[in-house]
Amino acid sequence: MFTIVAREEMAAGTVILNEILAPSIAAKARPGQFLILKANEKGERIPLTMAETDPEKGTVTVIYMVVGKSTELFKRLKVGEAYQDVIGPLGQPTHIEPGKNVICVGGGTGVAVLHPIARGMKQAGCNVTSIIGARNKDLIILEDKMRLASHELHVCTDDGSYGHAGFVTEVLKEKLKDGGVDQVVAIGPVPMMKFVSQMTREFGVPTMVSLNPIMIDGTGMCGGCRVTVGGEIKFGCVDGPEFDGHQVDFDELMLRLKAYAAEERCSHERCTCEERGAQ
Amino acid sequence: MSATQTPRQAMPEQEPAVRARNFEEVPLGYTPEMAMAEAGRCLQCKKPACVQGCPVNIDIPGFIKHIAEGELDKAIGKIWERNLLPAICGRVCPQESQCEGNCLLGRKGEPVAIGNLERFAADWEREHHACVLPSSDDATGKKVAVIGSGPSSLTVASDLVLKGHGVTLFEAFHKPGGVLVYGIPEFRLPKDIVAAEVACLESQGVKLESDVVVGRTVTVDELFEQGFDAVYLGVGAGLPKFMKIPGENLVGVLSANEYLTRANLMKAYLFPEVDTPIPRGRRVAVLGGGNVAMDSARTAMRMGAEAVSLIYRRSRDEMPARKAEIHHAEEEGLHFELLTNPVRYVGDDQGRLRAIECVRMELGEVDASGRRRPVAVPGSEFTVECDLAIVAIGSGANPLLPGSTPDLPLNKWGYVIADSNTGKTGKKGVWSGGDIVTGAATVILAMGAGRKAADSIHEYLTWGW
Repeated sequence: MFTIVAREEMAAGTVILNEILAPSIAAKARPGQFLILKANEKGERIPLTMAETDPEKGTVTVIYMVVGKSTELFKRLKVGEAYQDVIGPLGQPTHIEPGKNVICVGGGTGVAVLHPIARGMKQAGCNVTSIIGARNKDLIILEDKMRLASHELHVCTDDGSYGHAGFVTEVLKEKLKDGGVDQVVAIGPVPMMKFVSQMTREFGVPTMVSLNPIMIDGTGMCGGCRVTVGGEIKFGCVDGPEFDGHQVDFDELMLRLKAYAAEERCSHERCTCEERGAQ
Repeated sequence: MSATQTPRQAMPEQEPAVRARNFEEVPLGYTPEMAMAEAGRCLQCKKPACVQGCPVNIDIPGFIKHIAEGELDKAIGKIWERNLLPAICGRVCPQESQCEGNCLLGRKGEPVAIGNLERFAADWEREHHACVLPSSDDATGKKVAVIGSGPSSLTVASDLVLKGHGVTLFEAFHKPGGVLVYGIPEFRLPKDIVAAEVACLESQGVKLESDVVVGRTVTVDELFEQGFDAVYLGVGAGLPKFMKIPGENLVGVLSANEYLTRANLMKAYLFPEVDTPIPRGRRVAVLGGGNVAMDSARTAMRMGAEAVSLIYRRSRDEMPARKAEIHHAEEEGLHFELLTNPVRYVGDDQGRLRAIECVRMELGEVDASGRRRPVAVPGSEFTVECDLAIVAIGSGANPLLPGSTPDLPLNKWGYVIADSNTGKTGKKGVWSGGDIVTGAATVILAMGAGRKAADSIHEYLTWGW
């Protein structure tokens, strides 16, 4: 059992932070790696990339948006309650090259995954410009932390309720035009990562993305998370989750992410109905 | 009437039409009367060849004699002397090529049903709790880390704990058992039985640590630093192979590992009572001809498929699956497309599988494996319509653990190199056995390898190198 020691509702209660006691994982985890979590006996195994680790406290932190049954179950766990299973750290850590000019682009809860990478890059002597965005003001997360982790921060909202009105890609384009960018890191919804990668390809700037395919075991034994990168099959869980954005087949990833859309709806509806019935 | 004339007791089974739509166990087990009648057929050979055929050398005439004489409570104790996982072995061993394949009665008629009797003894004990487990030797104070909790690891754990060593099993999944829980379906091996046999080991003092991915959560070298005196690697061959043909990433194309893990470990056949979904194909194609292909095909049947076809590139004679499994699958309505090879998957505009384009094969020259090599017949292409394809063409070594253990010698396929008599690897204090050494094989061979490694580890812990 893996006890929750701190919990926070961010972004209008739809984005949740759980700090979880898992000393052996916290001791090993590095930025860019992920966990597999399972709420209870009947629960499914869900991958979430770590937002924070604290080896001294022995904790790992995940931040997720409530989008279906499993994240709904996670949300209901209170401080002192526990995830039945937490497995990790999984996947390859982020490769950080010191001293580069980097632009970190984050969308939605992707900002939670981006934050330790931006911070790590700043600590490694990179010049970090960050651009974070969400649909509206309420959904922007970790703005203060991202400001600390960056030399320059831009905030965007699709509806213009806060910061720059429009997509992160618009701000990114201006920066790319200015030149001098060594690397872009993009983490967020698949369409956002796809558009960022298309744009940086035009400017010839290497781009790293963190993919979120469907996973079961997370250790390379099933291939459920396979993605096409540079024309070859890769397993997101062991070869990734980070890949060269210019090599990834994003359209295929989007189709594969919809594989269980009907089942996910069914499961979530039953779950929310049960909750209403109980009240 | 002499023993050779008594017919072998058939195991009662669920009717094919009924069982093809449920996940309950197919064979129903012997009654005590049937078991005693079958045990009575054993000739009690002075030099029993059956024992030689058993990779862990159970005293087969010994335990059968107890059953024949109605001493049902004593049979299990005899088996436990050599094997602490009899309910599993009695169900999944390929007895026809092991103990029963050596039985003298098999030369003229039907061999004694040793597997059925072993299963009976184990099930009878589980229901009656009549026997106490063998007691462990005095504690030696030595600690052994066993990585993985599949059949070879469980054997190592049980052998070493009985010899007084401290044993900790490390399992990456949330439940122990390896292929016994994620691979072999409920209808062949009920998961309650695996849980009961693991609980039996825990009651002997074996510690279980689930949710630990050795190679990620902790490395082999760190285990030594933590005070373990020896390490056994029994991590299996869990890397699914794909055919590398166009369309392999379409929605609806799954490795057998994924399909069976969803069904067995995650119990997705109960969805939405449990949270893990599983694709329900109307028309299902299973690629391959081994036991994993049979398990996948029979699972798809039980998930309500209208038609399940097994696509295999050689002929029926070369199929590696057990004859009994092939027979069961056929009774349940499985269709074979033999001498057929997939060429590419065909999808729709939503990226979902719609069909597999195949080509007919014929058998050519004998190849290095000693089997006739299948060769494509030009112009024989045809299409198999399907909305779910399960790829069961084998598995390889998962590089995750070896990749984090740089001084562990591997062969060119990524398998661990280990001495076949002792299980010793090229790294001091590390033993290995089962599929991570041999490539995908059987449960009982993995257990046999575990037995040898346990003996060698015990020697090392007692005397040093």
